[in-house]
Amino acid sequence: MSTIATELPGAFDPHRLGHRGDGPEAADHGPAPKRIIVGYGFWIFLLSDFVMFSGFFAAYSVLSTSTAGGPSGRDLFDIHNVAIETACLLASSFACGMASIAVEERKALTAQLWLVVTAALGLSFLILEVNEFFSLIAAGNGPQRSAFLSSFFTLVGCHGLHVTVGLLWMLTMMAQLFSKGFAPNLLRRFRCFSLFWHALDIIWVAVFTVVYLIGVTQ
Amino acid sequence: MSAQHESDWQGELAPGDERKADSGASSGVRGYLLGLALSVLLTAASFAVIGTKLLWAPGIPVALGVFAVAQMGVHLVFFLHINSGPDNTNNILALAFGVMVVVIVISGSLWIMSHLNHNMMPMNKLTDLHLQH
Repeated sequence: MSTIATELPGAFDPHRLGHRGDGPEAADHGPAPKRIIVGYGFWIFLLSDFVMFSGFFAAYSVLSTSTAGGPSGRDLFDIHNVAIETACLLASSFACGMASIAVEERKALTAQLWLVVTAALGLSFLILEVNEFFSLIAAGNGPQRSAFLSSFFTLVGCHGLHVTVGLLWMLTMMAQLFSKGFAPNLLRRFRCFSLFWHALDIIWVAVFTVVYLIGVTQ
Repeated sequence: MSAQHESDWQGELAPGDERKADSGASSGVRGYLLGLALSVLLTAASFAVIGTKLLWAPGIPVALGVFAVAQMGVHLVFFLHINSGPDNTNNILALAFGVMVVVIVISGSLWIMSHLNHNMMPMNKLTDLHLQH
């Protein structure tokens, strides 16, 4: 880092995004490269997604005891299933990290293979989750049973929807990587995707803690 | 966009960027492996805590919360590469604002709703009142 500091006076100016301030070197540098603008914009989107999820988490936390005489989380949740889902998503996040290293090194085949692993693990997570939802609904514990179950299906279903969108995004990107190679726009897209996929894992940490683990201890 | 221009910006990091100083395949893989190991450890601890009889029961949700926050931190640092480096300031500032909104929304909702529940007349008394009129 010290070499960069000596090469670039003002490189650590904290107020730089998109453009420099009015400092003496402002004229020497144009706007930030697209890579940084796109990454930062997507980071802002992810944070706003976290804010949206916080609304669902708040609703769930408020309503988690409103079971309307129906079953509570303690009766319904299968912790074994949740542990497997968690393992799938964590391994998927790691595989996505390996894919992004392969992309950094411009190794198309390795990247594709890791993306296949990422997608397969994400799909296993989704299948387990859909399976859980259908068995709950089949037993008469659908979202219309109680406020607790409504908020449960909304929160966990919204995360599942994000995973579904992520899977579609990943498959599209694999096809584009196959046909176009490492184009600059594809590299930016890939960076955004890996941020998205890791962020979903962060939300899942909150879901399995707040919904499932605290749910079965209550 | 010229190559010269791109290289001028090496001090700045997009979210998800690794720092150039510690790039290179082996260190990248090592970072992800370390993140994975820590996450597995914290997840296993979370799932172990709910099965154990060793802990005082009311302390379990606190332990779960601590493990969850720690794991989110691990994910942010090792997977999203959001860390405290000087060139990451904008990303950290945005994150801090996001965390603030999340905390306000969740803790505020719980606080207000528990007060409302506390102050609301019990439902059976409410129906009694309706029957009297």
